[in-house]
Amino acid sequence: MSILVFLEHHGDELQKSSLAVLSKAAGLGAGEVAGVVVGSGIEGLAGQAGTYGAATVYVVEDARLEAPLPQPRVDAIAQLVADKGFETVLFAQSILSADIASGLAARLEAGLNWQLTDLATGDGGFVGKQSALGDSVIVDVGWRSTPRIGLFRAGAFDPVEHAAAGTLERLDVQLQEHSLAAEMVEQAHAEESGPSIEDANVIVAGGRGLGEPERFALVEELAKALGGAVAATRAVVDAGWYPYSAQVGQTGKSVSPALYVACGISGAIQHKVGMQSSKTIVAINKDSNAPIFEFADFGVVGDLHQILPKLTAALQARKS
Amino acid sequence: MKIAVCVKEVPDATAHKRIDPGTKRLDRSGEGALNAFDVNAVEEALRLKAATGEGEVVVVSMGPERALNSLRKALAMGADRAVLISDDAAAGSDLVATSAVLAKALEREQPDLVLFGQQSSDSDGAVLWAAVAERLRRPVISQVAELTLDGGSLTGKRQTEFGYDVIRAPLPAVVAVADSINEPRYPSLKGIMGAKSKPQETLSLADLGIEPSHVGPAGSRTEVLALSDPPPRGDTQKIEDDGTGAEKIVAFLVEKRLI
Repeated sequence: MSILVFLEHHGDELQKSSLAVLSKAAGLGAGEVAGVVVGSGIEGLAGQAGTYGAATVYVVEDARLEAPLPQPRVDAIAQLVADKGFETVLFAQSILSADIASGLAARLEAGLNWQLTDLATGDGGFVGKQSALGDSVIVDVGWRSTPRIGLFRAGAFDPVEHAAAGTLERLDVQLQEHSLAAEMVEQAHAEESGPSIEDANVIVAGGRGLGEPERFALVEELAKALGGAVAATRAVVDAGWYPYSAQVGQTGKSVSPALYVACGISGAIQHKVGMQSSKTIVAINKDSNAPIFEFADFGVVGDLHQILPKLTAALQARKS
Repeated sequence: MKIAVCVKEVPDATAHKRIDPGTKRLDRSGEGALNAFDVNAVEEALRLKAATGEGEVVVVSMGPERALNSLRKALAMGADRAVLISDDAAAGSDLVATSAVLAKALEREQPDLVLFGQQSSDSDGAVLWAAVAERLRRPVISQVAELTLDGGSLTGKRQTEFGYDVIRAPLPAVVAVADSINEPRYPSLKGIMGAKSKPQETLSLADLGIEPSHVGPAGSRTEVLALSDPPPRGDTQKIEDDGTGAEKIVAFLVEKRLI
C-alpha cells in the first residue's frame, strides 16, 4: 500500500497543504510513504519534506521543470509510479495539482477522487470522504484498481512534524513531446504580505457589505491584529476590489482555518462552499436576514465601520 | 478555425440537488440546464470565431438523450452544430471513462482548439480537460482569464493562487476558461428560433468504436460506497450590536481559545 505524495512548492517553500497530506498519509500506517518534489533548484526544499513523514523524498530536478506547468509533472510522476510501484498517489488540491492529477489519471487509466476531506484504510484499500453538492452530503468513495489518485481539499489536515528525516533520492525522467509544448511566457505574482490564505490559521474575509474598495483596509487591519490572511468574495473580486488569489468560494479556493471572520458577506452558497468547513466562523453583517447567520458560530448584526475598528483596537490592546 | 466546446447538462440551478440513495448517482430526473460555467466557454468560442472571421463552433457533450435540450442553448447563442454522445452503457462513467469517450469524439472532429468551462456545477469537478488533453496528447492550459490567438499558437493568461501565469501553446490545444473571461450573451429570439434547425447529431458508443466495457461503472476506476449527512455545526449565536459588539466578539474568541 505504498503512497506517493506530490509536494507542490511555490518559490522557496513547500506548500503547507501538501505537507499536511504527507503527514496524513504517514499517519495512516498503511505502508511506506514517499514524497516527490519536481522543479528546478529544489534540492534544498526536498530536505524539509523528510520531517513530515516521508521515508524517501524523490527529487526530480530539471531546468525544463522550472515553470509550474502540469504536463511534464505528469511524465515525472507516471515514471515514478511505474519504476517504484506506488499504489496510491495523493495531492493537495490546487490549480496546478488538479491538472497533474487528472492528466496522471488518464495516463495510468487510474481512478481519481477529488474534494476529499479525509482518508482511512478499509476493505484492503482506502476509503475517502468526499464533500459533495455544496457540502450538503458526505460521500464515501473508493477506488476499484491501483494506482489510486486523490486530491484533498486545502485545510483538510494540519502538517505534523516527525523527528526522523527521510532520505533523498534523485531521479532523472523522460519528458514527452506534448508535455513540453506549452511554455511559460511570464509570471506575475501578487506581492503577498502575511500568510497565504491556504496556509493561514485565521482568515478575515471581506464582501460587498464593505461598501467600497478602500474599506478593505479595515479588513486588512483586523487580519493583521489576528495574525491572519485576507480573503474576499467573488463579488468583490469581480468588481476589482481585491485580487483573484484571495477569492474564497466555488470558483476560488476552499479553506478551513481555525477561525474565519466574515465581514459584510451575505453567505450565498457560492461563497459558503469555500469556507463552511472552517472550525469557527464569526460573521458581521448589517442585514440580520443574511444567510451567513444560519451557519456562523457567532454573528453580530451591525455596522462594520463601527465594529471593525473597535475590534482591531481591542485585539491590539490585548497583545500589548 | 474549428473550435470544439465540451459542455455538460447539469440539474437546473433552482432544483434541489440530491444523490439517489439507490443508484448512488446524482438524481437527474428534474429540469436540466447547460452548466453555467460552460456558457463562458461557448461565448469565448463565438468571440474567437468572430475575431478570426471564419470557422466553426461545435459543442460536444456526453449525457442522456434529453441533454440535447440544453445543448440547444449553445446553438441559440450562435454555435454551429451539436454532437451528443448518448448511450445507456455510458451512464455512471467516472473521469477515466468520460475522458476516453470525449477524446474519441474529439479525434473524430479534429478541432484546432478544444474549450472547457471552469468546472461542473453538479460534481464540483474541475479536472476533465487535463485528462482529455492527455489522451489527445495536446498541450493544456486551465483557468484562463484572457485568451488570444496568434496564427498557429495561442496565449492564455491563467489565474492561479499566486497571481497570473502567461502561457503560450501551439495549436491544436485544450483550454479551460475561467468564468471571469467574459460576460456571455443572451440568446436572441432569432437565435432561439434558429437553434432547432441547426445540425444536432447523437452518437452511440458503437459509432465511436468504444467497447461498452470501457465506460459506465464497468470502465470506471472509482466508486461511491456510501452516503451520509455532514456533521452538524454546533449552536449558532446571533446578537445585535448595541455598541458592545466588538467586545462580545473578543469575549467569544477568548472563550474558544482562539486568541
